[in-house]
Amino acid sequence: MNEFLLIFRRDAGFDAQLTPAQMQEVTKPWQDWMGGLAAQNKLANSGARLAVDGKVVKSDGVITNGPYVEVKEALGGFIIIRAASLEEAAELSKGCPILSTGGNVEVRQIVPMQ
Amino acid sequence: MHQDQLLPHLYRTEYRKIIAVLARLFGFEHIQIAEDIASDTFLMASETWGKNKLPDNPAAWLYTVAKNKAKDHLKHNAIFTKKVALHVKTELSQQHEIEIDLSEENINDSQLQMMFAICQPIIPTEAQIGLALRILCGFGIDEIADAFLSNKETINKRLFRAKEKLREHNVKIEFPDANEINKRLETVLLTLYLLFNEGYYSISGNTNLRKDLCLEAMRLNHLLIENKATDLPAVNALFSLMCFHASRFDARIDKDGEMIIYDEQDTSLWNDELISRGTNYLIRASRGEELTRYHLEAAIAFWHTQKADTIEKWESILQLYNKLLILEYSPMAALNRTYALAKADGKEAAIIEAEKLTQLTDSHLYHSLLGYLYTGVDNEMALQHLHRSLKLAKTIEEKNRIRKNIKALG
Repeated sequence: MNEFLLIFRRDAGFDAQLTPAQMQEVTKPWQDWMGGLAAQNKLANSGARLAVDGKVVKSDGVITNGPYVEVKEALGGFIIIRAASLEEAAELSKGCPILSTGGNVEVRQIVPMQ
Repeated sequence: MHQDQLLPHLYRTEYRKIIAVLARLFGFEHIQIAEDIASDTFLMASETWGKNKLPDNPAAWLYTVAKNKAKDHLKHNAIFTKKVALHVKTELSQQHEIEIDLSEENINDSQLQMMFAICQPIIPTEAQIGLALRILCGFGIDEIADAFLSNKETINKRLFRAKEKLREHNVKIEFPDANEINKRLETVLLTLYLLFNEGYYSISGNTNLRKDLCLEAMRLNHLLIENKATDLPAVNALFSLMCFHASRFDARIDKDGEMIIYDEQDTSLWNDELISRGTNYLIRASRGEELTRYHLEAAIAFWHTQKADTIEKWESILQLYNKLLILEYSPMAALNRTYALAKADGKEAAIIEAEKLTQLTDSHLYHSLLGYLYTGVDNEMALQHLHRSLKLAKTIEEKNRIRKNIKALG
């Protein structure tokens, strides 16, 4: 089994508009999806959700405020899963709730430290 | 109490106290001597009480005999006494003679410290449970063998090796430092959790023994709650979990000792007092931010004490299983989550998720679950899975239950 980092990107404006009740509604599909991965023993690390605000530190010492890419492609969070191949990892990502709100999942294999 | 019941009863309640106090006094490396003295004391009781009148206070009689035997041993073993004297120096204070303190307070302290001494990751979990049953609960070797569906010789060997290992690692009977307590408690709680489960889920046919295992796990857990330093959220959560499970003792086993599954239990037999105790301890467990698997399992068990079969109940259970699995995978949690999903979102949704659990295809429980899920949706598939389950099941009780389900379908 290999490990894969799933990176979730979505429109950063989306979360900000949600009421607490709507937030609750957003949480359930995430819990169900991650619970489903965990039930298959394929969740290696439950990762984290990331705050919208951030900073970027550059090589010349300049610090800029984020977001740093298109607002619509802002990093929202990540998890690590176990899968036999990149193809399987991508297949498992299809159930991710981020897809239903216009976001996307980037799947990258983790290279073990030598 | 009748006389021939009295001694076994006292053995169960007093043996462990004598042994904990003596072993703490002598040090873990001399635990064998403490065990011998405790056993000799009971041997003497069985010989004396049979011939003469029973003492007015049998427990006090046992304590006196044990004390005298311990003092004799110290007197007649100069070398041993020297070593032990070094060990107990701090406790000796100004006294010339070693005091053997069998007060309730010292007994409780000794048992708590013994709990930490035994629950060490350096010995296998089943050896920890075995030692706990022997030393902390005063179970006989034959009872432990019965609980583990093993034989006396295997259990004796297992306990002997475990004690050797603890001696080699110079394990002390003492309370862990404050900064160490959380980490050490993890092992203690896991052992108590497994001790309880051994009783609750064991396939041993001895119903009384199984119940005793559960009650002992609860007693030891409560000792930790009574002690201020160990009265922590996770400890309360585990106790709450045990109360909720124990509330169904009388409903889950029929008069022939057969298991009755949750769905078919007579809910009027559920024990309300234990349910409300469980609720109280769950509230006590909610202090602070810590959320352990015991919190989640206790919350799941709480929802199971709710008799009404509502969507809210099963949706709550589903979300708790999601959290539990995200925290820590276990095959049972994966199966139970899928069952909760069927109750909350319907069998079709659950079948899709169940078919993904390919890591469990060798488990008879997995195929029993699929048998249940396909029943009414696709009875042909249900039968296939039940037959597969029947092939994989190991005990007669399980096979009988599956056959009953097959018969109900056909």
